[in-house]
Amino acid sequence: MNLQDPAEIFRLEARELLEAIEQGLLDLADRQDDRDLVDAVFRSLHTLKGSGAMFGMDALAAFTHHCETAFDRVRKGLAPATPELITCVLNARDHMRALVDGDPDPAVGDALLAELHRVLESGAAPAAAPVPATSWRVRFSLPVDAMANGTNPLGLLAELRELGDCRIVASTEAVPPIDELNPTDCHLAWDVTLAGPKVSRSSIEDVFLFVMDDMVLDIREGEAVEAFAEEPAAVEAAAPAAIAPPAVIPAAAEGKKAEETKKPDSTLRVPAERLDELMDRVGELVIAQSRLKQIASSSQDMALRSVSEEVERLAGELRDTMMVVRMVPISNLFGRFRRLIHDLQRDTGKSIELITQGETTELDKTIIERLADPLIHVIRNAADHGLETPEQRAAAGKPAMGKLTLSARHSGAEVVITVSDDGRGIDRERVRAKAEQNGLVAPGATLSDAELLQMIFAPGFSTAATVTNLSGRGVGMDVVKRTIESLRGAIDISSTPGQGSEVSLRIPLTLAIIEGLLVRVGAGRYVIPLGAVEECVELSHEQDVRSSGRSLISLRDEFVPFLRLRELFRTTAEAGPHQKVVVVSTGEARVGLVVDQIIGDHQTVIKSLSKLHADVETFSGATILGDGGVALILDVPHLVEAGQRLEKQFRVAS
Amino acid sequence: MIQIETAANDDSVQVLTFDVRGETFALEAGLVREILDLPDETEVPGAAEFVSGVMNFRGRVIPVADLRLAFGLGRADDTLDSRIVVIELELDGDPTLVGLRADKVHEVTSLSMTDTEPPPPIGMRWRQDYVSRIARRAGEPIILPDLACIFAERGEPRSAAPSLQPVS
Repeated sequence: MNLQDPAEIFRLEARELLEAIEQGLLDLADRQDDRDLVDAVFRSLHTLKGSGAMFGMDALAAFTHHCETAFDRVRKGLAPATPELITCVLNARDHMRALVDGDPDPAVGDALLAELHRVLESGAAPAAAPVPATSWRVRFSLPVDAMANGTNPLGLLAELRELGDCRIVASTEAVPPIDELNPTDCHLAWDVTLAGPKVSRSSIEDVFLFVMDDMVLDIREGEAVEAFAEEPAAVEAAAPAAIAPPAVIPAAAEGKKAEETKKPDSTLRVPAERLDELMDRVGELVIAQSRLKQIASSSQDMALRSVSEEVERLAGELRDTMMVVRMVPISNLFGRFRRLIHDLQRDTGKSIELITQGETTELDKTIIERLADPLIHVIRNAADHGLETPEQRAAAGKPAMGKLTLSARHSGAEVVITVSDDGRGIDRERVRAKAEQNGLVAPGATLSDAELLQMIFAPGFSTAATVTNLSGRGVGMDVVKRTIESLRGAIDISSTPGQGSEVSLRIPLTLAIIEGLLVRVGAGRYVIPLGAVEECVELSHEQDVRSSGRSLISLRDEFVPFLRLRELFRTTAEAGPHQKVVVVSTGEARVGLVVDQIIGDHQTVIKSLSKLHADVETFSGATILGDGGVALILDVPHLVEAGQRLEKQFRVAS
Repeated sequence: MIQIETAANDDSVQVLTFDVRGETFALEAGLVREILDLPDETEVPGAAEFVSGVMNFRGRVIPVADLRLAFGLGRADDTLDSRIVVIELELDGDPTLVGLRADKVHEVTSLSMTDTEPPPPIGMRWRQDYVSRIARRAGEPIILPDLACIFAERGEPRSAAPSLQPVS
């Protein structure tokens, strides 16, 4: 937890700046003449350069300088923000990231700079349309502490003079009597009349670009003295990092509507471990509280009871708040894919439009981090295999621009993330042929549509005729499946030939909490994740005896194999007279688990088991019960696997 | 055979001594987080016998290890004196809390390293690599176990032949 290391603080900040630069550039690709965006990118580059130099990262500062210069030209209208320039600066951004992380490849840097210069030269400055010479009246005053903060008013005045004919009058109205005057304060205001062909509102504003936030600035065209609203200094804070307190970082500008300048949220950066610690404490508190409740309920003391109830309410609220603290909006994740789409367009030669929906949907931070890789695979796959080339699309009567939709929404205790495309859809015949060729299914076997489509998640499966840079190597989709399963999620897939495919990832809201069914087997208590439970039935004595030969029960005309958890766990205690079967499903397979007693449903905070128990695959974690005891959480897929092995042995033996 | 220590002046360490099946063990006191009365232990079916259970330690679920099994001393019934010594040690690079069963906990005392010996190569019932030093006090040996080695081997009482060692 050594966040005190200034270099580390700089790195964190630089990453956010780079993120903002990337988003700004991508927005700029859509709206090439949005001056606010150009300014925003320029400011971010400038800040990065400045604070880089301050923290001794000279290579970064020197490299960023070139990009800043390039954007300065765009800002001044000397060069247009062409797609080539944007791509070039995007690549440069990646190199800056490498410089920040400390593993730069100098050859890449030089190549990028050469490219940058080439692009700048070729995008030769179109002569800015001559602006009719009008005169401007500018009144401005600086904050009192401006000079102490390093702003030199003389520099601003000199820049104004460069714009054109200029008459400057200083106003001394606000200067206090000499005995109250602090020589380092700035009390002057200036009244400037400007005229010339180069003068425009934006060129005047540019002069004040870095001080605009705190100052009073009033720009009026012509001599006419109309009352108009004071220019709001709505541009995002451009304060150099040297002044900004490092712990408070404005939320990165996000989404397509960058023009809606947002107020920087006050955000506090906290190491994740501290949150985990806090979570542990809350867990302890809840356990202590439930003991208190037990004592209070057996006591006649009304005061004790009321305190106990209050503590119960507070502990519950604290736990809920704690859960919310760990949630972050998924827009963080979606933002990263805009860059991916940009690169995919370049690599595939297809034009792709990315539509994102439900970016405000919140998910546990750890889950968001782990979703990034699988989603990249799914999106790549959709862009490479799903979407057709513009010619093919035209032939099919579709618009040339392929559409990729990324959406997130809540559905019960799950978040559903959907990647859909309007491409050619999955060729079921080819999937089947490939699956048979790879020996994944027996030739001629009957498969349901869902089963067939799930084949694309099998390891080593690829229908692509040629392996491309992007996908087709047959790794990836099985990684997607594994990662999603490890998050206790599931994948749904649907596809209509000629109209597109849709891959939905269903993810539990949080990894920290699970809704489960608490059961007893022998003396031990176990939690079965409720999401996997289909139904509970009684195992009658008759069935119990009859099924001793075969581990199958019939459930509405269907045979369901079952596992006796008592046997699996080698429980020695006497079995109860009313054993129950909890039917769980793992996607396709249904299995019954025989337990001694169903205690009830139970919302639990998941604790992972230590490395010493990493080899025990039957359990995915543990949880602490209200009485302070520990219950193990069953890992249903592994349990079913273990059961199937047991059944196989049993079959061989009989 | 007396090992001559390089640090001659102050080589005493603070240790916690406790009994396991009649043998006295000593642990560096710095490792010890807490000493608890026997809590409810939850058995983990399928786990190695050496770490057969878990327990709730201040809202965390921690494994409970039994040194008796690593040293082939056999299980014993719990008594009024039985305790759990909660220690923190590095497991594959992660600091991990582990509860150790003890039949009786004695005291925190200082032990001079010059009074300790490396384990004799022969004449010991236990795996030699499980014992880092042996100290003598009032004629009785005190065993300083090599916890890192014991936990790395998951408390196997005998050295497994290399072919039986699972590849991790």
